[in-house]
Amino acid sequence: MSLRNYLDKIRPNFEEGGKLHAFKSVFDGFDTFLYVPNETSKSGVSIHDAIDSKRIMSIVVISLLPALLFGMYNIGYQNAVAAGKLADATCWGMFLYGLLALLPKILVSYIVGLGIEFAWAQWKGEEIQEGYLVSGILIPLIIPVTTPLWILVLAIAFAVIFTKEIFGGTGMNIFNVALAARAFLFFSYPSRMTGDSIWVASDSICGLGYTLPDGFTMATPLGQIAQGVDVNHSVCDMVLGLIPGSVGETSVIAIAIGAVILLWTNIASWKTMLSVFIGGTVMGLLFHSTGATPIQWYEHLVLGGFCFGAVFMATDPVTSSRTETGKWVYGFFIGAMAIIIRVLNPGYPEGMMLAILFGNMFAPLIDYCVVQSNISKRAKRAK
Amino acid sequence: MANVIKLRKGLDINLIGCAQEQLLPVKPSKEYALVPDDFTGLTPKVVVREGDHVRAGDPLFVDKGCPEVSFASPVSGSVTSVERGERRKVLRVKVVADEQQEFVDFGIKDLAGLSADEVKDCLLKAGLFGFINQLPYAVSTRPDTTPKAIFVSALRDKPLQGDFEFELKGQEKDFQTGLSALAKIAKVYLGVGVKQTAEALVNAKDVEVNVFDGPCPAGNVGVQVNHISPVNKGETVWTVEPTAVIFFGRLFNTGKVNLTRRVAVAGSMVKNTGYVDVLVGTPLQDILADNVKGGCHVRILNGNPLTGIIATDETVLGAHTSEVTVIPEGDDVNELAGWIMPRFNDFSTSHSYFTWLQGKKAYNLDARIKGGERHMIMSGEYDKVLPMDIYGEYLIKSIISGNIDSQEQLGIYEVSPEDFALAEFVDSSKLPLQKIVREGLDILRKENA
Repeated sequence: MSLRNYLDKIRPNFEEGGKLHAFKSVFDGFDTFLYVPNETSKSGVSIHDAIDSKRIMSIVVISLLPALLFGMYNIGYQNAVAAGKLADATCWGMFLYGLLALLPKILVSYIVGLGIEFAWAQWKGEEIQEGYLVSGILIPLIIPVTTPLWILVLAIAFAVIFTKEIFGGTGMNIFNVALAARAFLFFSYPSRMTGDSIWVASDSICGLGYTLPDGFTMATPLGQIAQGVDVNHSVCDMVLGLIPGSVGETSVIAIAIGAVILLWTNIASWKTMLSVFIGGTVMGLLFHSTGATPIQWYEHLVLGGFCFGAVFMATDPVTSSRTETGKWVYGFFIGAMAIIIRVLNPGYPEGMMLAILFGNMFAPLIDYCVVQSNISKRAKRAK
Repeated sequence: MANVIKLRKGLDINLIGCAQEQLLPVKPSKEYALVPDDFTGLTPKVVVREGDHVRAGDPLFVDKGCPEVSFASPVSGSVTSVERGERRKVLRVKVVADEQQEFVDFGIKDLAGLSADEVKDCLLKAGLFGFINQLPYAVSTRPDTTPKAIFVSALRDKPLQGDFEFELKGQEKDFQTGLSALAKIAKVYLGVGVKQTAEALVNAKDVEVNVFDGPCPAGNVGVQVNHISPVNKGETVWTVEPTAVIFFGRLFNTGKVNLTRRVAVAGSMVKNTGYVDVLVGTPLQDILADNVKGGCHVRILNGNPLTGIIATDETVLGAHTSEVTVIPEGDDVNELAGWIMPRFNDFSTSHSYFTWLQGKKAYNLDARIKGGERHMIMSGEYDKVLPMDIYGEYLIKSIISGNIDSQEQLGIYEVSPEDFALAEFVDSSKLPLQKIVREGLDILRKENA
């Protein structure tokens, strides 16, 4: 227990009047991460379930690891394919290249996001909330690998401050923080977020990977469809994830492993997740049968950010519907909307981000209707 | 065949140290006390002075807003002190017991000849009426309310609660008399558990027996009310703790106020678990005597770990308390990296722990909150353990935001704080739900007065 003793010894520095009082929230944050707080209840129930929001957020981060690790590999893989050197590249080499390409984004995401969280918590005199642990890893996974760090900093600062903190912090936000960061990038820097030239890392890093010629382009499958070009990837590649796209979104298998973890631990709602897929399937079938889209319904589900959004973003408990009936409606709405935007909107090849943000906006209304039915039942009974 | 109501939502928490079915010896105490706070919603006016002599059944204090509701002394003896706290709030009235107990004789009554008003009158005169609670507001009721029904739940299913059937042994006649007396006032619904087989419960007369089949909180009287006859705005139901029914029965059968109840002594930090026959107002120190294990900080609870109140040296057995439990306090435990460790000895409904793999293992839970308070993050947590037709999360939010209209619409009149005890247990945001509900009910009662 020497670490415990050490923490207890330095604690007075962080208390009111201490030299390091400005870092009290940070100290408390680390302390409660190292040790389960041993504060006991003073009123109400005397026993508590061992679950807390730290555990929940940690499990979500763990469930994102397969997608993260595969995303790193795929960065190297796409780079090698683009350079035409796939035969020479080693598996480890490609992974290491991806790791080096992505690591700065992850670091920037956590340093900027958590920095703002720490400062805000200290300013408000609150405990640090764990919500950003998940947002911080989600953001690098839903952007193209070539996104410059400086616009990432702006996007994260915007998202954390304007979609989370001003609403009151984790649990009070209306929109998913990670998606808000992506939406900021999408509308403020469209050339960095859409198009054909942004999906493959084009510079070698520390001798790893290959430098691609200027003006190199490679479109995502959804981009190709939007341009009316035939998709040149097999369904097998789409499921494995060996296609260009945002870092974490490509591999259905890696996302499925995450989904199993989230569903097994009951952290994500299976109702929301399933109904997103039902919504997507229904619209995919409908559009394919009318000829509005050239690809099959199942290709719609495995392409782009559909799976990633359905598993990790739509199920965010804070911004999704909170009633059980509402979750069905909410999920279906998102799944259907994503395909509608993809197929009917000529400007955007991908619709998942906008569909989920739209869903976030409608979630309170869906819940209102569900709760209202309980209210009317009670009112009727009283008569 | 009684009506069986199946409940699926809820959670049974299996803790180490359930009371064994044995009677433990306990010496009579020197000093007893009656605590006004045990009768929720009451503003007490003390009607005795220090040095006064009282008999068992004489009033110690009355309800200031309704002076005919008095509260009887559990023993005969002399009043030693009226302890007051902040703003002169009455904390307890203490009585040193006589060696030879004297009882006020209220006369043996034959129920057959009594009307509803006469039954009420008997309870009021004997200082027992205050043992009746009511919904809405989950407070001690007043005689001017007209209940649409009276509910008694004989099922105790919270962790470490005793078995009412064991409490009932030898008290069957008084229990039946008590039920029959209440049945004079309004229709009485008796809720029993599916495993309860005592003749006095399943074949109780003058009442409608409903069998509740499901996990905790099926025994909560509020849950039973919600399933049988939910409370609408403007309506009142009375809820009576089953031991209070025995007190009422004794009054009619013997003419005396005898507040002896069989209380479970349970918990992982109790050396020898069992039951004791003691009076309401007995100091917990006398009940537990040398029966508490050492080795770590302990928490003694006047009640069970879900709804019990933390006891101090002064605490006496509460008027509605059916168990005294002792669990580890836990403030001396330092658990490393709880966010990732498997923590096999911790109980959780979440599959991120391994409770689900460990079958019916009994747990030794301490009083740590095990996390920081957050805004509501996860959805649907409360609903899984709240078997009522109520959106718990929305009700809590409307209470926090002080929106009375919305509270009414969402069914605040149907709930009591104890209904949210399990939700408070499972809540990953660690919100003090029972406190929130209690404060909400108090404000609403004041507004509606």
